[in-house]
Amino acid sequence: MTLAARSTDLRKDYVLKGETVRALRGVSFDVPEGDYVAIMGPSGSGKSTLLNLLGCLDRPSGGSLFLGDDDVSKMSDDQLSWVRATRIGFVFQSYNLIAQLTVVENIEVPLYYQGRLRASDRERCRELARMVGLGTRLSHRPTQLSGGQQQRVAIARSLVNDPYFILADEPTGNLDSRTTEEILGLFERLNDQGKTIIIVTHEDDVSQHTKRVIRLRDGLIQSDEQRKDRRLVTLTPTHGPSTESPAIDGPGVADSEPASIE
Amino acid sequence: MLILRTWVLGAKSLTLHPMRSLLTVLGIFIGVASVIWLLAIGEGISREAQRQIEDLGADTIMVRSVKPPAEATADNRGVTPYGLKRSEYDRLIATIPTIRSALPIREIRRQFRYGGRLVDGRLVGCTPEYADVTRLVVDRGRFLEEADLHKRQDVCVLAARVAERLFPYEDPLGRRIYIAEHKDFYQIVGVLEHRNATAAIGGSLDSQDFSNDVYIPIATMRQRIGDSVITRGSGTFEGEIVELNQITLRVDHVQNVLATAALVEDALRSHGKLNDVATVVPLELLEQARTTRLMFMVFMGLIAAISLVVGGIGIMNIMLATVTERTREIGIRRALGAKRADITRQFLVETVALSVVGGVTGILAGYACPIVIEQLRLLLESHAPETMQNLPTVVRNVKPTIVPLSIPLAFGISVLIGVAFGLYPAVRAARMDPIEALRHE
Ligand SMILES: Nc1ncnc2c1ncn2[C@@H]1O[C@H](COP(=O)(O)OP(=O)(O)OP(=O)(O)O)[C@@H](O)[C@H]1O
Ligand SMILES: [Mg+2]
Repeated sequence: MTLAARSTDLRKDYVLKGETVRALRGVSFDVPEGDYVAIMGPSGSGKSTLLNLLGCLDRPSGGSLFLGDDDVSKMSDDQLSWVRATRIGFVFQSYNLIAQLTVVENIEVPLYYQGRLRASDRERCRELARMVGLGTRLSHRPTQLSGGQQQRVAIARSLVNDPYFILADEPTGNLDSRTTEEILGLFERLNDQGKTIIIVTHEDDVSQHTKRVIRLRDGLIQSDEQRKDRRLVTLTPTHGPSTESPAIDGPGVADSEPASIE
Repeated sequence: MLILRTWVLGAKSLTLHPMRSLLTVLGIFIGVASVIWLLAIGEGISREAQRQIEDLGADTIMVRSVKPPAEATADNRGVTPYGLKRSEYDRLIATIPTIRSALPIREIRRQFRYGGRLVDGRLVGCTPEYADVTRLVVDRGRFLEEADLHKRQDVCVLAARVAERLFPYEDPLGRRIYIAEHKDFYQIVGVLEHRNATAAIGGSLDSQDFSNDVYIPIATMRQRIGDSVITRGSGTFEGEIVELNQITLRVDHVQNVLATAALVEDALRSHGKLNDVATVVPLELLEQARTTRLMFMVFMGLIAAISLVVGGIGIMNIMLATVTERTREIGIRRALGAKRADITRQFLVETVALSVVGGVTGILAGYACPIVIEQLRLLLESHAPETMQNLPTVVRNVKPTIVPLSIPLAFGISVLIGVAFGLYPAVRAARMDPIEALRHE
């Protein structure tokens, strides 16, 4: 099995006014391709820190981190930027769309920093927007969308560069339970299609949908186990997001729009 | 394609705060426009000054009688003899070989009358060469001739403005104007074309504004009016005894001008203690005007540069605010793969766009300078003619001349300012830690 990521004795220290905060104290785990992982743990246990390292937003203080075959712990700032642009998809709790850009333009941003933007790429962005159920909202701005819709744009954006994995830090933290289900349904479908997904979450409701749960405590892995009682998202068509689009009907339900992400 | 996207993106961000962008542009706009305006007006003024001096003639030397302070000379009647003598005129011609020709001039303020109309002006006694030396052009009739001098004829030639004001409807040629002080009539034999003023020279009755002149043969003037002149003002009267107000000398070669001027001053040394004679050498004035012009340009350029720097600081200020405001966006872009250089470029593009827009509009406004000044002049002339009259002729007649170099200069500087003052905010944006930027509210 090929690995999307391999972390070995990963450490992260923050030095603040002479005091050292040891946010991660030696974390080792593998993430095989196609995995769907929830990272859980109490506040301050190092979840976000770990996700930032996996997302190449920060460099570890020790240990090694491989994404595919590349050791990212030794990379320069520009190289890390390149890895983010080409191999990583981010989904944030607060959506983090760019206000002055439309839905399609927001989805394009990672391609822009890859230095490519062909007509076919544009079409692909529209395709992704349709896939997350925003086919009729292509030229809307983030402020014109609901939280759930914004998060779906963010997911489409995280897919555009065909990343090694999608990293989501509390992606449903700002959403109500119904919208949470929609988003998790989307993740589930993506995972079914082979995408590797890593979610940081507090909520058991969320982690129940994943295949595997890593629990952190004080910067160390407390437990790392496969979930046996995995719950699948069940959304009936009558619970669809709105009348505008039937795109997210839940896994297994035939889609009226093309759903391929490759 | 991607470059284009960067610019489109920049434009989009700028239109997000149209008022803010407009005000920033305004700073550069004013800076660039003022560079062009100040240089254009400076160039216009110095060209006008130079033209006026050149009009005096580079090969001429002027010696003028200057009225000394009253207490220095006044006899008991308050009538003061001063200035150049006819004998000195003869001696100058006789003793200095480089003098090609000499022109004696006598001038008094007088009121000219025809029918019920009155015009205040300058009665100038001169010789036929006067027209040539001061570049007067005859419009109709003729200028004074040798015969007029020999026969001491009662003839005169009118400057254009005098003719227009005394004879708005009739043809002045052949008619006679009247000068009340001397109860004299002079027959008009010629009318001149309009002529621009020349530089004022020391001791002049007025600036060298030829528009209100009436020319008569100097011999006639001596016979009819004499050297002693009483001018009545309101409640006062002034007397003076002057033989010649001015002698204009023409030198055979321009390179002899300065040496000749020295000889002339030497010959007139006896006036030294009274200080009632001044020598004016246009060639010297011209040299002075050239250095003055250079200083003027540097000075104007400095003022313009200051306003551009102020505009630049405006840009920097706005961009720093923008960077702070868009910290989150910077974090997002970094997370999505933007390199530091991408962020720097993005903000630089915005400042350069602002300064280019300011630069281009500023250049357009710069081109409008001559038109605006002309309109302003017309406005002033119709609403505040006295104010206008009191302005120096160089200012009154200034025609702003756009210095060709100032256009690329202004544009280049505005772009440079955009880059220089935008660089710091842009680099600061790029230096941000992406994680912290993402956390920013
Ligand atoms: N930039 C930083 N500078 C200093 N200390 C930091 C920094 N970022 C995180 N920490 C510390 O590292 C530890 C782990 O933080 P982290 O944000 O990873 O926790 P978390 O598990 O994501 O918590 P939460 O569930 O509240 O989001 C905390 O003690 C935090 O104070
Ligand atoms: Mg966290």
